[in-house]
Amino acid sequence: MRSRWRPLIGGYALFGYAFLYMPIVILVVYSFNESRLVTVWGGFSTKWYGELLGNERILQAAWLSVRIAAVSATGAVLLGTAAAIVLVRFGRFRGRGVFNGLLLAPLVMPDVIIGLSLLLLFVWLQSQIGWPAGRSGLTVGIAHITVGVAYTTVMIRARLSQLGRDLDDAAADLGAPPWRGFVEVTLPLLAPALAAGWLLSFTLSLDDLVVASFVSGPGSSTLPIVVFSSVRLGVSPQINALATVMVVVVALIVLLVGLSMRQSSRRPPEGAD
Amino acid sequence: MTRVLGCLAVLMPPYVWMVTFFALPIIVVFAISLSDAVVGIPPYAPLVDWSSARFLGDVENYTFLLGDAYYLDGFLGSIRIAAVATFICFLIGYPMALAISRVRPTRRLPLLLLLMLPFWTSFLIRTYAWITLLNSNGIINNALLNLGLRETPILMLYTDFSVYLGIVYAYLPFMVLPIYAVIERHDLGLLEAAADLGAKPFRSFLSVTLPLSIPGIAAGCLLVFVPALGEFVVPELLGGSDFLMIGRLLWTETFQNRDWPLAATVTIVLLVLVVATVVSVQRIVDMRERPL
Repeated sequence: MRSRWRPLIGGYALFGYAFLYMPIVILVVYSFNESRLVTVWGGFSTKWYGELLGNERILQAAWLSVRIAAVSATGAVLLGTAAAIVLVRFGRFRGRGVFNGLLLAPLVMPDVIIGLSLLLLFVWLQSQIGWPAGRSGLTVGIAHITVGVAYTTVMIRARLSQLGRDLDDAAADLGAPPWRGFVEVTLPLLAPALAAGWLLSFTLSLDDLVVASFVSGPGSSTLPIVVFSSVRLGVSPQINALATVMVVVVALIVLLVGLSMRQSSRRPPEGAD
Repeated sequence: MTRVLGCLAVLMPPYVWMVTFFALPIIVVFAISLSDAVVGIPPYAPLVDWSSARFLGDVENYTFLLGDAYYLDGFLGSIRIAAVATFICFLIGYPMALAISRVRPTRRLPLLLLLMLPFWTSFLIRTYAWITLLNSNGIINNALLNLGLRETPILMLYTDFSVYLGIVYAYLPFMVLPIYAVIERHDLGLLEAAADLGAKPFRSFLSVTLPLSIPGIAAGCLLVFVPALGEFVVPELLGGSDFLMIGRLLWTETFQNRDWPLAATVTIVLLVLVVATVVSVQRIVDMRERPL
């Protein structure tokens, strides 16, 4: 792809990026709009940020969402690490295919299927064994762990299969039991994948509307559920302000992760490229 | 012995978790799809009459669903919209992936991060942003009216167009990333060889780059088509009130009509569609990987 085609493809890509960013830019710009009418520019103002800070319902939902996301990301990383060890280190065993399929299936499962099936499971379990008692943050957390495990398993497995077993063998030769070799040798090397997996599950949980709507109870409306119910009633400048806050936070995190990735990719000059 | 116990301690938590919260729910959904709705808690009839040990389930929900024009429209409409949106994603996404893979290596990571960044911000809020843009008194229409390009606003929101736009917008990165991952590994020497043999750039693209990127295209199409098939947020926010898609049917049956057995039936049919898609895409990829 040289010469004539190059500017064409470059322009095309530019168009693609513009398409991806235009709505976000508009949201951010209009969050500083004085006018209540979202589409008419009425001068610069930060009053919607003030109103956002005073909106109990959104703040409470945000706090609940952050807690659910943190707990479910942690759960997903723990289970995903165990699953990755099984898939990479245990060799072949009966049922490995089923295990692998169960772990990866949520990646290609529409949210509505996961949401409804968990709702029916929870209701059925409650009628059979009395647990879980109604739907709450707990059931949302369980649902988010189930989705998150698929992502963390993929990420941690990729890293673990790059590591090889030499270091574990060395630890074993020095007399360390397998768990100790894992904790002191493998785990630190897995850290970047664990962190990336945690962040991804955290974001997915924080962002999830559909699954949470099915499995949350009356007292456990997460942030997306509250945002959705207010967006359904029409556009609201407060939501623009909220969106801007989220975009800025995410951009900062991605920037930091990107910079650290760049540094670590520069450090070891491995072989000739 | 302790080794076996140790292995089991690692294996069991994820296994038990996924069986309980992923496999079992689907079995429960299938069972309930054979039941009937009743008013009560839980809102479905028991499947087995224990006093006479008779099985009470039937496939009535399935025959109803497949014979009803309303639901059939919803299913066919979803398939059409997901397929067209996937194709549009491919048309926009492929050149993007190609462009990213052809810039200097140091510039690729920032470009990829820029591609992922929207994905990390709320999907709901990004979809909502389009309402502001597309509305009849929205930003695009206001601009057109003020510039005197149009006398009346263009109807864009709550149409098929806005639904396609929303889905393409939401899933475009899922098309670009797998294609990029495949193209990036290509041996550029192949293109030089094609050029040495006298092929024009476009020709060598058609006979070298494109065929080699088919696994990436297949993965990208899968990652766009499947979630689009069950999409709820986009048709709900950007589609008209009579705009039918499977995700919306399911939502209405669950929350408004509270007909859980029918919602379960819709879920099972959607699940069959998803599995069929995954299996056939896998077939295509396998076929290409077989040596000729």
